[in-house]
Amino acid sequence: MTESTSSPVQAGANRRQFLLGGAAVGVGAVAALGIDRAINQQADRPATSPLNGDDTVPFYGAHQAGIDTVPQAHIAFFGLDLRDDVDRAGLARLMRILTDDAARLTQGVPPLADSEPEMVVAPARLTVTFGFGPDFVERAKGQQPKWLKPLPAFEIDALRPEYSDGDLLIQVASDDPMTLAHAGRMLLKDTRSFATLKWSQPGFRRAHGTEKPGTTMRNLFGQVDGTTNPRPGTDDFTEVVWSQEGWMSGGTSIVLRRIQMDLDEWDRVDRAARDNVLGRFQSNGAPLTSNPHRAAAEFDEPDFEAKNAIGLTVIPAAAHIARSRPAAGQEQERIFRRAYNYEAVPSGDEITNAGLLFASYQADVEAQFLPIQRRLSEVDMLNEWTTPVGSSVFAIPPGCAEGGFIGDTLLT
Amino acid sequence: MKTKNTQRNLRLAALLGITLLGLTACASSANNGLDGQEPASTVTSTEAEAVTVSDAWLKTASAGEMVAAFGTLENDTDENVTVVSVTSPASPDAQLHEMVTDSTGQMKMQEVKGGFTIPAHDVFALEPGGNHIMLLDLPSAVNAGEDVPFTLTFSDGSTLEFSAVAKDYAGANESYDDHAGNDDEGDEGHDGMSGDDHS
Repeated sequence: MTESTSSPVQAGANRRQFLLGGAAVGVGAVAALGIDRAINQQADRPATSPLNGDDTVPFYGAHQAGIDTVPQAHIAFFGLDLRDDVDRAGLARLMRILTDDAARLTQGVPPLADSEPEMVVAPARLTVTFGFGPDFVERAKGQQPKWLKPLPAFEIDALRPEYSDGDLLIQVASDDPMTLAHAGRMLLKDTRSFATLKWSQPGFRRAHGTEKPGTTMRNLFGQVDGTTNPRPGTDDFTEVVWSQEGWMSGGTSIVLRRIQMDLDEWDRVDRAARDNVLGRFQSNGAPLTSNPHRAAAEFDEPDFEAKNAIGLTVIPAAAHIARSRPAAGQEQERIFRRAYNYEAVPSGDEITNAGLLFASYQADVEAQFLPIQRRLSEVDMLNEWTTPVGSSVFAIPPGCAEGGFIGDTLLT
Repeated sequence: MKTKNTQRNLRLAALLGITLLGLTACASSANNGLDGQEPASTVTSTEAEAVTVSDAWLKTASAGEMVAAFGTLENDTDENVTVVSVTSPASPDAQLHEMVTDSTGQMKMQEVKGGFTIPAHDVFALEPGGNHIMLLDLPSAVNAGEDVPFTLTFSDGSTLEFSAVAKDYAGANESYDDHAGNDDEGDEGHDGMSGDDHS
C-alpha cells in the first residue's frame, strides 16, 4: 500500500475482505451487515473511486455480449468437440446449463455447484460468448449458414489442428485474469458430459486503465491495429456485424485466425521499411499520406493515388492497407476486428513465440471476410513476417432474454 | 452499485451457508423495496406458501446410483415451518438427509428425524457437506442439464413443487453406512468430506 492510495478504495476493498473473511470463519452476518453499512456511509462522503472489479456487462439482450463490448484486457477462446452421443436434445441441455452459468458469472453471482463462489464476486466486465461450429448446427438439425465451414486453404497457411476448427466456441473475456481463469474453468466443467476441449487460446491487450478506452490496440510488431473498425453502436457496425438470417438473426460469425508473428525477423526491418509494409506510420498509425506525429492523423483517409518525387505511390500497392481495402463498389467487404495478442512458450532457439489472435466478426464470412483474405493471401508485404497457424469459423447465435438460453432460436 | 453489492454479498453469504438471521428484511428488499423496514408479513394459509426454493440443483448420476439434491429454502413469514418429507418421480425412495459425525470422527449422512425446520424469516441451505435431499435407487440416469421435479410436504400437509437442474459435480460424495448396497459410495465419501475440517 502506498500513501497515495485513496481511502474509498481501501474502504471498498476492506469491506469485501471483511465479508468474505467473516463468511469463512462463520462470523454472524448480522454483524457483517452492520459494519458493511457503517463503511458504506464512510465511503459515501468523499468522491468514491469505484472498484473496477465491480463493473458488469449485461448478459441478456438482442446480441451476445463480448462483441460490441469495449475489449477487455484478457480473453480466452476455447474450442470444443462434441461427444458422439450428443443429439439435439443434449445440445439444448448443454446450452441451458452454460447460459445459466454465464448469466450468473457475468453478474458476479456464483453459478450453481460452484465450489469456489469467492472467485466470482469481481466480474471486471466479464463476458461469455458462445459460437457453434458446422457439426453443432447439423446435430441441431438447423439451417446451415452457407459460410459456416472451414475457410478454403490459403497458400500462406501453415495450419495446425490443435489451433483449428471445433464444434463449440466459448469466448470468455474480463479485465481481471483471476476472474477469467475461474469463469473459464467453471464453464468447461459443465461441458464435460457433452464435449471435450480441443484447444484453448488465451490472449491479452493493455491492462485495464493503462490507456484511454477506445484507443486502437497495438499488436506485438508495435503496429496500430484496427483503425478502420466500425464503431459499436453505429448503423455501420450493425450492417457489418449483425446477421438478419433466420435463427441467426441478431447473431454474427467469428473467424478466429491464430497468426504467428516472427518478431526476430521483424527486428531486422528498419522503421521506414516497416511503415511501407503496413502503409501506415508505426508512430501513430496514420497513413503514409498523412502526418506521423499528430495523434488524430491515425484516422485520416489514406490517399492511394498520391505519388512521391520519383512517381511511385506513397502507399505501396503491396502494402497491407492497400491490399486489405475493399475495391470500389465492393463496400460490403468489411469486417469488425477484435484482436488480442498472444505469447506462448518458445521452443528451440526461439526467444519469442508470439502473434495475434485475429478475431473477426461479420454477418457473412463469404461476402465480407473471404474477399479480403484472398487478396491478402495473394499479395501482402506483411506476409513475409506472419504465418496463419490456426483457423476456425463459428456461427455466433443471437443473445437471449431472461428465461431463454443462448441457441434457443436454433434448438427450440 | 451499493445495493447490487449488498445483494451480491448476501447471495454469496447464502451460498456459503451463513445463517442469515435477521437479514430477511434486506434480502427481500428487491421484492418489496423496504430496505431496513419491517418486512411486509404475508398472511399465508399453508406452510408451503411461506417457502420459496431457489438455486436448486442435483448431481448427475447413473441408473442404480443414489444422488443428492441441493438448494435454498427461504421462509419469509413470522412462523417456523417444517418440511417433513420429499418425493420425486426420479426415485422411488427420496429422503431428507443430515450430516453427522460418527464414532470414528467421519462425517456420515443419515435420514433426518423430524424433518427440516425453516425458522421464521430465515434461510435453510441444502448444500454439499450439509443437509440435503437424497434420491436412492435411481431407476434411470440423471443426465447433465435435465430438470428433475421434487415435491416437499410440510407438517400441515401442504406441498410445494420445484425442479432442480442436474449438473456434473465432483464433490458431494457423502458416505452412507446405513443403507444396503452402497459399499462403493463409502469409499468415495472419505474424499468428499475430509475437507470439512477447515471450517
